[in-house]
Amino acid sequence: MAERTAVIGVGQTYHKAKREDVSIAGLVREAAVRALDDAGMDWSDIDAVVIGKAPDMFEGVVMPELYLAPALGAVGKPMIRVHTAGSVGGSTALVAAHLVSSGTHERVLTVAFEKQSDSDAMWALSIPQPFSAPLLAGAGGYFAPIIRAYMRRSGAPDHIGILVAVKDRKQALKNPYAHLHIEDISFEMVRDSIMLWDPIRYLETCPSSDGAAAMVLANERVADGSSSSHPPAWIHGMSMRSEPTMFAGRDQVNPLASKECAADVYRQAGITEPRREIDVAEVYVPFSWYEPMWLESLGFAAEGEGWKLTDSGATALDGGDIPWNCSGGVLSSNPIGASGMLRFLEVAMQVRGQAGEHQVETVRRALGHAYGGGSQFFAMWVLGADKP
Amino acid sequence: MARRSVRPVAVVSFAQSDMMRREEHRNDVEVLQPVIQDVFGKIGLTKDDMGFVCSGSCDYLVGAPFSFVQALDAVGAWPPMRESHVEMDGAFALYEAWTQLQEDDIDTALVFSFGRSSMSEIGRVLTLQLDPYYMAPLWPDPVALAALQAQALIDAGKYTEADFAAVAARSRRDARTNPHAQVTGDHSPEELLGDDYVVAPLRRHALPPITDGATAVILAAGDRATELCERPAWITGMDHRIETHALGARDLTTSPSTRSAAEGAGIGRGDDGAVEVDVAELHAPFAHQELILRDALGLGGTAVVNPSGGALAANGIMVAGLVRMGEAASRIMDGSARTALAHATSGPCLQQNLVCALAAEPAGDGRG
Amino acid sequence: MSDEPVTMLATPIRIEYEFTAGLAQSRYLKGIAQGRFLGQRCPKCGKVYVPPRGSCPTDGVPTTDEVVLGNTGIVTTYCVVNVPFQGQSIEIPYICAQILLDGANIAFMGLIQEIPTEEIRMGMRVEAVWVDEKDLGPTMASVKYFRPSGEPDAAYETFSEYL
Repeated sequence: MAERTAVIGVGQTYHKAKREDVSIAGLVREAAVRALDDAGMDWSDIDAVVIGKAPDMFEGVVMPELYLAPALGAVGKPMIRVHTAGSVGGSTALVAAHLVSSGTHERVLTVAFEKQSDSDAMWALSIPQPFSAPLLAGAGGYFAPIIRAYMRRSGAPDHIGILVAVKDRKQALKNPYAHLHIEDISFEMVRDSIMLWDPIRYLETCPSSDGAAAMVLANERVADGSSSSHPPAWIHGMSMRSEPTMFAGRDQVNPLASKECAADVYRQAGITEPRREIDVAEVYVPFSWYEPMWLESLGFAAEGEGWKLTDSGATALDGGDIPWNCSGGVLSSNPIGASGMLRFLEVAMQVRGQAGEHQVETVRRALGHAYGGGSQFFAMWVLGADKP
Repeated sequence: MARRSVRPVAVVSFAQSDMMRREEHRNDVEVLQPVIQDVFGKIGLTKDDMGFVCSGSCDYLVGAPFSFVQALDAVGAWPPMRESHVEMDGAFALYEAWTQLQEDDIDTALVFSFGRSSMSEIGRVLTLQLDPYYMAPLWPDPVALAALQAQALIDAGKYTEADFAAVAARSRRDARTNPHAQVTGDHSPEELLGDDYVVAPLRRHALPPITDGATAVILAAGDRATELCERPAWITGMDHRIETHALGARDLTTSPSTRSAAEGAGIGRGDDGAVEVDVAELHAPFAHQELILRDALGLGGTAVVNPSGGALAANGIMVAGLVRMGEAASRIMDGSARTALAHATSGPCLQQNLVCALAAEPAGDGRG
Repeated sequence: MSDEPVTMLATPIRIEYEFTAGLAQSRYLKGIAQGRFLGQRCPKCGKVYVPPRGSCPTDGVPTTDEVVLGNTGIVTTYCVVNVPFQGQSIEIPYICAQILLDGANIAFMGLIQEIPTEEIRMGMRVEAVWVDEKDLGPTMASVKYFRPSGEPDAAYETFSEYL
């Protein structure tokens, strides 16, 4: 990394099933204005805008950066739109970060959003393509068989997914921005909810949300002089990796791209024992079982043992030594294009001490993670309270 | 906006498919795959040599969400690679790759883009780029909007229909030397003016073709570039800017974002105030837009504009901008030019513009 | 006219697309029209892909060698779909499985019928059920579904690498 880069402002919307009170422009501005305010900046302070979102079928607007340029103060500036499927929020943050670390710009506003209530999300995700069987029933239909394979491989007991669903939704109650606030969430409630794609139950599934996330990224000179009331969160490592979605011999449960992306980001950040050296993580878990799976893939637990870590309560904000998804995670808010950035943004909040009720006490290093498509695209970053 | 010196990065290879009206038999992966093999083959590299891969494409163009994911099959994303994608013309993917190459952890990047406009009603797809509350529901198609811009040019007394015909005649004549071009022709401007209007004041010759195609470029940094290529086309600067969206809020007869992007790319002007480059490849899908861009860039009289035929000869949506960069780079790589400029556009009536400055020598102090 | 703010604007959008199966998939669909599964082998890695997609995803080269595959295979993994969604044509609940045809190196998604959803197992051997010969065509609808073949289940070790 050539230039030190930091997050100096964050903002997000109140995520809801349907944001009928704002247009698409209004939605993204809500997050962007909060991020600028947090950074103590104005639109004119921004050098470039990087926006990311998932397929345009979610809103029916092709290449919405064109329509959104004036709403995001981008007129007369460089503007790029990233699209890497579900991980896009994360990769957008990384593209923006590289604009700073490469010395191209000093202050970059990055925004990710989805206003998926405008269209039909299930349709947008699996538009029937001719020549293939019309079997796919949304993302769950794709991931459920993979989860079953994990359960078989690891011998995990059936209740593990339920624990994750309960934990993340309980934690969401401490996040005012989260979409789902299920006050009386309980093990029994999740267990008894309808099976959607066996083994995934309704309450083990992410919601469909409208929402946006935004961050201001800056170089060292700007970060050091920042008037934000919170300190900068410094990027210690960032990485993205892709592999083919389907190929003979692919490990769908623990893809190599995931392991290599994690290894790269840890190497940059000088981390050798993630469980010990990382204080909090926001990891893209759209279906509950992905927590134990990613615990293993990201090196927090040995292969086959991720479920034990979940089972022990180690990943809970309350009483856990490696809290995951204190914000409630993707299971509590899922505006698809923004979800990856929310993971990256929430760990920035943790490092900067601005996570309010879901703040982990002492955060020196945090991991943000996003994945997308058919688990073939991974984006991760490690943030630290100290300069790298 | 302080900027440290630019790491010398060059285009070292360029490949494109034969641009055509309709690809009858092959799907996107099969069209792209030989282009990828070609761009590697020219310099003896493989996917394993790439530090970063970035592509540009549009889901709505091909009627499938995540269409770029399967496109990676044409490259072979194994072992796992550092890869990203923009839902924009490949020219912007090249910009992203160039910025990432400014850091020295990677030395090479593959950039590609693809799109088959024949699959859909391309006018409708592009109309969906417009403000979904106020503009898109009126369904103004891209030709109608371009015609508004052309008419504004005429009304401002800047150019005439004869000027548009001259651009079209020259472009399609020059396209005859481009083996990949889709539309070539040998007509005088006077003959072209005999065509009927499609949407006044635009006649058919002033419109871009509908194109299926794919293209790829390889970038390399520093010594790696000179190892791979006898005459690398060095990027001495690159920048892009976007204008406001509502057409009524813009002066459609000018392109201030192109001018700003050119300044940001460090394109210097000569003593007479004109920009002197040997070759300029301008992404002007409509004939009148070339005139607007020339003015915005301040191109001097010696520049050869669109020797490839430009977007009037082949206009792959998501592809044509990256092809401009490859074509401009090719003139340097083949030794016929010392300096070149490539331009790419996005959005209705030149809303967003990218300018890339290329040269046979890397910049001295890092600026053009 | 009410004082309520306008919150929604419905704009119907209709765009028609013409898809090309592509060379590899066309050959595959022609095989389907003849009632058989044709895989394609990658000349570099030697893996047999079904359905073929035009390029080997790991090597980036065309998969050219045709391999005739049988009608039987195993369920490597599965899920039971119980969620209704727009455009769905099959009655819920239904079993959606990854099916590894004998001779292929990659599983594909398929519908399993003629078995209660609680009885589906990883490793179960299945066979394809085609439409009547007169109804065969170059479309995936020629394969109605897969059903248990009655053979003993495959041992986990024989297919665990395909998960």
